[in-house]
Amino acid sequence: MKIQTPKVTRRQFIVSSAAVGGGLALGLRLPFGGPTVVRAADGSPEIGAWVVIRPDETVVVRIARSEMGQGSLTGLAQMVAEELECDWNKVTTEYPTPGTNVARKRIWGDYGTGGSRGIRTSHDYVRKGGAAARMMLVQAAANEWKVPVGELTASNGVITHGPSGRKVTYGKVSEAAAKLDVPKDIALKDPKNWKVIGKPLLRLDTVDKVTGKQLYGTDVKLPGMLNAAIKASPVFGGKVASFDASKVMGMKGVRKVVQVRSSAVAVVADTWWQAKTALDALPIVWDEGANGKVSSASIAKMLDEGLIAEQAFVHNQNGDSKAALASAARKIEAVYSYPYQNHACMEPLNATALYTADRCQVWVGTQNGEAALAATAEAAGLPVDKCDVHKMLLGGGFGRRGMTDYVTQAVVIAKEMPGVPVKLLWSREEDMTQGRYHPIMHAKLTAGLDNAGNISGMHIRLSGQSILASVRPEALDKGKDPFAFQGFWPTGEHSLEYTIPNLTIDHAMRNTHVPPGFWRGVNINQNAIFLECFMDELAQAAGQDALAFRRKIMATHPKSLAVLNAVAEKGGWGKPASAGRHLGLAHFRSFGSYVAACAEISVREGNKVKIHKIVAATDTGYAVNPAQIDRQISGSFVYGLAALFDQECTVKDGRIEQTNFHDYNSMRISQMPRVESIVMPSGGFWGGVGEPTICVAAPAVLNAFARATGKRIRSFPLKNHGITLV
Amino acid sequence: MRDQKKSEASTKFKFAETLSSKQHNTSWENHVARLTINGRPVNVDVDPSTPLLWVIREQVGLTGTKYGCGVAQCGSCTVHMNGEALRSCVMPISAAEGKNITTIEGLAQNGVLTKVQQAWIAHDVPQCGYCQSGMVMAVSALLKDKPRPTDADIDAAITNICRCGTFQQVREAIHSAAKA
Repeated sequence: MKIQTPKVTRRQFIVSSAAVGGGLALGLRLPFGGPTVVRAADGSPEIGAWVVIRPDETVVVRIARSEMGQGSLTGLAQMVAEELECDWNKVTTEYPTPGTNVARKRIWGDYGTGGSRGIRTSHDYVRKGGAAARMMLVQAAANEWKVPVGELTASNGVITHGPSGRKVTYGKVSEAAAKLDVPKDIALKDPKNWKVIGKPLLRLDTVDKVTGKQLYGTDVKLPGMLNAAIKASPVFGGKVASFDASKVMGMKGVRKVVQVRSSAVAVVADTWWQAKTALDALPIVWDEGANGKVSSASIAKMLDEGLIAEQAFVHNQNGDSKAALASAARKIEAVYSYPYQNHACMEPLNATALYTADRCQVWVGTQNGEAALAATAEAAGLPVDKCDVHKMLLGGGFGRRGMTDYVTQAVVIAKEMPGVPVKLLWSREEDMTQGRYHPIMHAKLTAGLDNAGNISGMHIRLSGQSILASVRPEALDKGKDPFAFQGFWPTGEHSLEYTIPNLTIDHAMRNTHVPPGFWRGVNINQNAIFLECFMDELAQAAGQDALAFRRKIMATHPKSLAVLNAVAEKGGWGKPASAGRHLGLAHFRSFGSYVAACAEISVREGNKVKIHKIVAATDTGYAVNPAQIDRQISGSFVYGLAALFDQECTVKDGRIEQTNFHDYNSMRISQMPRVESIVMPSGGFWGGVGEPTICVAAPAVLNAFARATGKRIRSFPLKNHGITLV
Repeated sequence: MRDQKKSEASTKFKFAETLSSKQHNTSWENHVARLTINGRPVNVDVDPSTPLLWVIREQVGLTGTKYGCGVAQCGSCTVHMNGEALRSCVMPISAAEGKNITTIEGLAQNGVLTKVQQAWIAHDVPQCGYCQSGMVMAVSALLKDKPRPTDADIDAAITNICRCGTFQQVREAIHSAAKA
């Protein structure tokens, strides 16, 4: 037998040496740098925690948040570079490991990458990190030249002494700068002076993605590594009753069959294909427990009961909705429902773990490095300081990789094989049936109209699942899940952007055994459909234009009104439409940002929908990289429209029925509408980017569909009504 | 445009050496498949039903070709076989016998990226990037067949799934590459 000895690439070397050497040198104080200099793995000095300057002038920006396609790695680097005054062409990035962050008292702050907060909750300290490094570099030059620091300026990585004209580059003074104390009193630039923030720069991480060199978690290779495939109880909450390992131990490459806690079984083999083949042949008997009879119908029945239940959590209330509805000249009512959906990240979940008696390391694409580290320590049974996580680029996250179930599994398996690295990769089928699903929700919306067609009262009753109750029960507010009300809050970053008298919005929490999770946009996906479709229904009942009807109750919501007006104008609202074309509008606020869309569609044969164009506007306050925001808008519409038309996870015999893209379809290029984005930052606040826009595409298209066909669809996905996106 | 160093893919496996998975508990005979990957002859000693995708990833060690679904739906595993795009996740290695396979690592020649790869960079197409190897391979085959594709040609030929939703940039980059 011959074993290949491939040439080791630089990236593989880093991965391998980290495994062998027991951790990146990042943050270690090495003797040759003097007592106060902190050095990166290659020996280059740290200028404060956020910046490393190499002798060749390369600027390494530390990134705490995870990159999963949303582009915040580039945006965060732009913010550091803005204050650092470095040469953007020399900027590169690296992830400090979560273990290093813990060891250094969380010097890089929060690693969590969800809730569209990568930039908006770290803009202050990362800019200060860049500014501090600039101040240290300039001070080092002033010390060397023995001139007042005020006489120096820095630009493009070059420090200039105005009076003498002397110049020096950052790389020449970085050693001296690294020995200085990090300044505490740091003034940030006025936004009007930004040169790098606000520019539509290309991403920093593209080239390797078009040559096949980019390594994701699934591409990790470690010396002697084995591969694992896993199957968990198809009924959530079920357990492994028994399995017969002898049936597969003789198969080629198979090394071990491992029960993973109470609910899953894994096969470890030389290659993943061998592991998967053996797992498919492994007889497993499941103890399905109490949930084996649950079905979509039984869940729907429970949620429908919630629509009329007496008790519900109230989150937004004014006046007396009950009295107003009882006395309304006209009462309009509609019931909507939204299904379970899977994230279906392109890269199936995976994690690689190496366990020894006193140390455990994991290589994983995760949206939450610190949670992955905590899960590693828990599963390994080791203190956190004996563990570390090496963050890999994510092949999609969308909320799913904020969970750590797959990290725990990998460590549990690796613990059975001390000293041997094991890569656990889920099959697509496992990924589809062991999701953390977009929660199911039904809604009953009731409104009163007065004789002039004005809303006199409204009640929105939500009935369905709470994510927080499942994944973060400590975050519930006396049992209430505020995130169920995204876009309906009385104030705050998910505020309702209408002024409605006599209003009640409440939630009858109805939890099931299906595990819910944060799914791009989270609860705005259904809440925007509920509210914005119902608004069109009310406008129609009142005999009023859908835009004019909304504007009447938006006087005190100028930012929302601005984005709505922008899409209406650019989308051609109120102008004669081309033959067969129909428009629909929607707007919503979430994650601090204001978004709106105007969809233009045509419908053939009553059920074949072509979306010709969607004009979309977003006011994110500050827009760090408008080109990437534009891509997040059009990309989020693909995710949202695929969900609207084709995606539903149904429950039968306690398990999810859909297993792959053949029965959980996703949008293709032929179905892609032209998306014209309007990025209109009004300044003064930091709103989210990755999620807010996702929710306006669906109601805009549904409102256009109702205008085109006279049919109002209130349950999803549209494939259940024979409607297809062409 | 940044130059690529000589494709590292070519250094990852040796000329005409038989690549096999480490053999333990061997209970049936394998078949040695002879094929050419990125211009290099390769002999692969695995179960003949092993999909080409997994041979490329696990025996040959080229990880640019991705697993996304295993059922020829998503296209992340797209490679060229004798110049035609195909989904390698459902192609048994026995069917690749004697064939010329090109993977994403084999597109660039002498360190020069293809016009499709260059257009992808210029248009900043990838988001997470996981599907993009397959997307680039599918588009490269399309442009060989139809050097100036219409939007309808693109719609018919490119059926890869991208969950990040890069389709608008993909379309722009295809037209741009076609004009290059």
